[in-house]
Amino acid sequence: MKQTSLHDVHVRHGAKMVEFGGWHMPVQYGPILDEARRVRTQCGLFDLGHMGRFRFSGPDAVALVDKVASCFCAKIPIDSIRYGLLCKPDGNPIDDVLVYRGQDDVFMVVNASNTEQDLAWIRAHAAGMDVTIEDQTNELAMLALQGPNSEVILQRLVPDLDLSKVGYYKSGFGTLSGLSNVRMSRTGYTGEDGFEVYFPDDQSERIWNELLAAGERDGLAPIGLGARDTLRLEAGMPLFGHELGEGKNPIEAGLNFAVSFHAEKGDWIGRSALERIKEHPQKRLVGLVTDGKRVPREGYPILHGGREVGTVCSGAISPTLDTYIGTCYLPLEIAQAGTPIEMDLRGKQQSAVVTELPFYSRNKK
Amino acid sequence: MRPNDRKYSTSHEWAKKDGDTIVVGITDFAIEELSSGNTSDLVYCDLPDLGRILEVGETFGEIESVKAVADLNAPIGGEVVEVNSSLEEHLEKMAEDPWGAGWLVRIKPSGSEYDELMDAEAYEKHIAAPH
Repeated sequence: MKQTSLHDVHVRHGAKMVEFGGWHMPVQYGPILDEARRVRTQCGLFDLGHMGRFRFSGPDAVALVDKVASCFCAKIPIDSIRYGLLCKPDGNPIDDVLVYRGQDDVFMVVNASNTEQDLAWIRAHAAGMDVTIEDQTNELAMLALQGPNSEVILQRLVPDLDLSKVGYYKSGFGTLSGLSNVRMSRTGYTGEDGFEVYFPDDQSERIWNELLAAGERDGLAPIGLGARDTLRLEAGMPLFGHELGEGKNPIEAGLNFAVSFHAEKGDWIGRSALERIKEHPQKRLVGLVTDGKRVPREGYPILHGGREVGTVCSGAISPTLDTYIGTCYLPLEIAQAGTPIEMDLRGKQQSAVVTELPFYSRNKK
Repeated sequence: MRPNDRKYSTSHEWAKKDGDTIVVGITDFAIEELSSGNTSDLVYCDLPDLGRILEVGETFGEIESVKAVADLNAPIGGEVVEVNSSLEEHLEKMAEDPWGAGWLVRIKPSGSEYDELMDAEAYEKHIAAPH
């Protein structure tokens, strides 16, 4: 199993470690629900060193990304970021990614478990193009600061970049605790304000500790992947392998904003299949809420009128909404908010109701 | 060393003779694995109906934490003659007193599977082995 450069720091800190995407990662340091609440109200620090990170440079860098990713890379303003998907010709995604448009390069963040597969896929489609593809996963650390206090805390270690000027899904470069030219983006996977930072991996322990020290008085603490999953689900953000994958495409997942059918983008892998799906979608990703005793879990059948109509993609206890939540794909005719459904637990049924995603939005508090 | 007044299954249930019935619970190790040491992470325990006939190894319930669900498996076969219904409102008993107040069900055994279960020493070795 792979380890990030902060592995031993997590173990020393008493984290419970689990396998995730081929990596040995902290799932929690304390109660998961307390960690999730901390991120919503104060701030949390996440080690994301397991995420795959690629850099594309050279004359065809943008063209390559436009060929393999669903977002329109050529139209992304410099220093802005877009969410997109890597799809197969049939429209089924092989991963979901973040695309950072730089002055003369493109940076991409992918899911840990898909890193090698994505790299091979992209390289195979780069044949004949003038582009250099670097896998920076092992040379860069990646940390996320998430929560309302993120900007104040991070700014204490960044003297030369005004973080209040870095907008949502935008990035800047500045000096982080003496490390120059560090990429800092206002992005995250929690539905809360926050930043993701990338810097040389051999500095990870020092930066981790300095951030924790700088944020202690504002409630900063390390957060595990368990709370991260709860937070992203509350925010209605898909997780590859759960809401996305074979038979779970971005159109029916409600990710139209991430799929460009702009003529200027030209043909890209999956485009025509997704155009057809957009004309005739069969199902839709929705939320479900239950006030029963059992938490929705991946794989539980969903019933409507006694008939199985779907299965749970993800489920969690939502500390923010104080209820149990989940996601599932439902046929369009019943994918309406308010539709009563049932969750099947080995023959015992528990009632639930369809809701719109997201469950939580910090702008709509 | 865990209590040697009872026996243990590989799936971390314990079984303790009490007259002609056997009391069943789950070990502190199982609770720790599920709750990561945070008792508030336990959210639900599903127990069987009275009178249910269980075969050895049969799943008779589930225990749920914030992040996971684990099966409860019958360490012995027999009839469920009592369930610890107080757990419904007080799941923390399972973590605070897994060997006593945190018991799950009482079974009237139908066979002699009890004799096949591990003793405390064998169970210690079982959980110490890589898993």
